Amino acid sequence: MRRGLSGINLAALTLGFAFLYIPILLLIIFSFNESKLVTVWAGFSTKWYVAMVENALLLDAAWMTLKVAVVSSTVALVLGTLAGIALARLGRFPGRTLFSGMVYAPLVMPEVITGLSMLLLFVALSWARGYWTVTVAHITFSMAYVAVVVQSRLLTMDRSLEEAAMDLGAPPVKTFFAVTLPIISPALVAGWLLAFTLSLDDLVIASFTSGPGSTTLPMKIYSQVRLGVTPEINAVSTVLVGIVSIGVIAASLINKRAMVIREREAQAADP
Amino acid sequence: MRANPGGEAAFLRIEGVSKRFGSVTAVDDVSLDIARGEFFALLGPSGCGKTTLLRMLAGFETPSAGALLLEGVDLAALPPYRRPVNMMFQSYALFPHMSVTGNVAFGLRQDRVPRAEITARVEEVLALVELSGLARRKPHQLSGGQRQRVALARSLVKRPKLLLLDEPLAALDKKLREQTQFELMAIQQRVGITFVIVTHDQDEAMTVADRIAVMDRGRIAQVDTPSAIYEAPRSRYVAEFIGDVNIFEGRARAVNGGDVMVEQADAPAGLAAPARADGPAAGDAVMLAVRPEKIEIAPGPPPPGTANAMAGEVTEIGYLGSVSTYRVRLDSGKTVVSTQTNRLRHGGGAIDRGARVHLSWPVEASILLRS
Repeated sequence: MRRGLSGINLAALTLGFAFLYIPILLLIIFSFNESKLVTVWAGFSTKWYVAMVENALLLDAAWMTLKVAVVSSTVALVLGTLAGIALARLGRFPGRTLFSGMVYAPLVMPEVITGLSMLLLFVALSWARGYWTVTVAHITFSMAYVAVVVQSRLLTMDRSLEEAAMDLGAPPVKTFFAVTLPIISPALVAGWLLAFTLSLDDLVIASFTSGPGSTTLPMKIYSQVRLGVTPEINAVSTVLVGIVSIGVIAASLINKRAMVIREREAQAADP
Repeated sequence: MRANPGGEAAFLRIEGVSKRFGSVTAVDDVSLDIARGEFFALLGPSGCGKTTLLRMLAGFETPSAGALLLEGVDLAALPPYRRPVNMMFQSYALFPHMSVTGNVAFGLRQDRVPRAEITARVEEVLALVELSGLARRKPHQLSGGQRQRVALARSLVKRPKLLLLDEPLAALDKKLREQTQFELMAIQQRVGITFVIVTHDQDEAMTVADRIAVMDRGRIAQVDTPSAIYEAPRSRYVAEFIGDVNIFEGRARAVNGGDVMVEQADAPAGLAAPARADGPAAGDAVMLAVRPEKIEIAPGPPPPGTANAMAGEVTEIGYLGSVSTYRVRLDSGKTVVSTQTNRLRHGGGAIDRGARVHLSWPVEASILLRS
C-alpha cells in the first residue's frame, strides 16, 4: 500500500480530492463565519445555526423534505423490489421487454421531462398539488433505482437456495420471506438509502409537482439564493451534507460487510 | 444386490417421460422402474438429461409428456413443497443466514413439527452425519466436506420417501470423495430411504449404486447392475462410456453352437463371442468388444486355429503400480490395449517395448454388439 504512494500518485490524489471537496469544505467553513458576507472571514461563530433553527420557513421545508424522502423511499423500496423480482424471477412473460424498458426509463429520462409529465398528469387528474404529488413523483423515479439494485442482486443469488426452501416444504411466499428476503436484505437497505438521498436533494421534479405549502428544502435554498446568499444557507447545507454523508457511509459499510461475508463463503466453498 | 426390481411392484415408476425446452429435447421418452430401498444412479455425460430428469422428480421442471408415479400416486399434481421427496443440491444450497441447526430444522419447521421433536430429530441426523459438535456454526464457518454433510442431513431429516442427490460429491477432492462414497452407502442402508443419484462419474456410480441407468442424449441407453453394465454392455456407447474397451469391427460368419464367429482381418482364425438372444444373423456387420484386462499377452503364439488370437508389436507400456497397460499395434495398424496385473515385483519375464507379442482371450470375454 505505502509503496504505491509515490510523488506523482500523491499529487494526483491530492488534486482529485481538492477538486471534489474544496467547494464543500469552503461551504462548511463559511457556515461558521461571524460576518454576513459569505466570502469574508470575520471569526468563528455558530450564530447562523441558531438563525437556521429559528427560521420557521426553513425548518418547515426541511421537515417537508424529510417526510417526502422517508415515505417515497419506503414505497419505492416495496414497488422497486416487486419490479426487480418480476424482472429477475418470472422468466419470459408476455411484455417483459416492454416492462423492463419502462422500469428503466426513469433512469435515463431527463428530470425536466419527468417533472413536466408528472405535472401534466396531476393537472389532468385535477389533483391539488402539494405533499402527496411530490411524494408520488419521487416514488416514480426512485423505484427504478431500487428495481435495478434488487434485480442485479437477485441475478447473482443462487437459485437453488430458493429451490431448496421449496423442496423442504416452504410454499413460494414463505420461501420469499424466510430465504430470499434475508439474503438480499443488504441490497434492499442500499436501495432504500439510494432512493432516500435521491429524494432528499431533488430540485427539478419537486419544483414541477409541489404546490403552495409543500416547498422542499432544495427548493427553499434555491429560491433564497436567488435573493442573496446568507451564511444561514451554508449552515443548512452543512447539515444536509452531514445527513447524506452518514447515509452513504452506512450504505457502503452494509454493502462491504455483505461482500466480506459472501467472499468468506466463496473461499470456504473451494477447499 | 439388495434390490430386486422385478419382484416388487414399482415403488417409483417413470413412464414415457419427455421434457422439451423449446426445440431441444432434454429428456426423450424415458421409462424406468425403481424399487423401494434401491440406490439408483443416473449416469451420463453433461447434457444427457439426467439432471433434468431429477429436477422433474423434485418438481422444479414439469414433464412435457409422460407420468411420474411414486407408490402409484402421480407426482405431477403436487408442487415441490408438497412432494414426499427431498433433494440434495450440487451447490449444497445451504441458507447462509442460518446456522447448521437452522438449516437442518428448516424442513421440519415447515411441517409444524413440535419443537421438542425438531430438536431431537436434528440432533439425531447430525449425529448420523458426524456433525454434532458444529450445530451452531454458520455455513461459511464450515469446510467443503462439512457443508456437504449439512446438506445431506438437511435432505434426510424429513425422512422423505425418495432422496434425490444431484452430483453430491462433485465439489469434494478425490480422496474425500472416495471416502464419502462409502459413507453415503452406509447411511443409505441405515435409513433405508430410496436414493436416486445423478452423476457423470462412472466410478462413483459403479461404487454406490445397486443399479445404473446410463443416459445418452436424453434417452436411456441401458439399465442394469454395475457388473452387468460393465460385463455385458448392450451398445458401443455404454461399452465405451464405462471403463476402457477394445472394439473390433467385422462380419458375422456363422453361428457355431452357442458362439458367433466373426471374420476380422487381424485374427487369422476369426473372433468368437457368445451369441445373444437378439443376435445378428450370418453376414451382418457386427462389433466385438473386449475389456483390456481380459486380454492375455504372451511372447509365444497360442496353438494354430485358436479363435480370438492376434499378433502385434508393443508400442507403449504404462506402469500404474498395481497394473501395467500395454498398447499393442496389430499388423493392420490397429492398436489394442491390454492390462496385466503386476503380480510379481519388477515382473519376471517382463515384456519390453518393441517386443513381438501374441494376444488372446476366452470366448466368454467377447461381447457382441450390433453395428
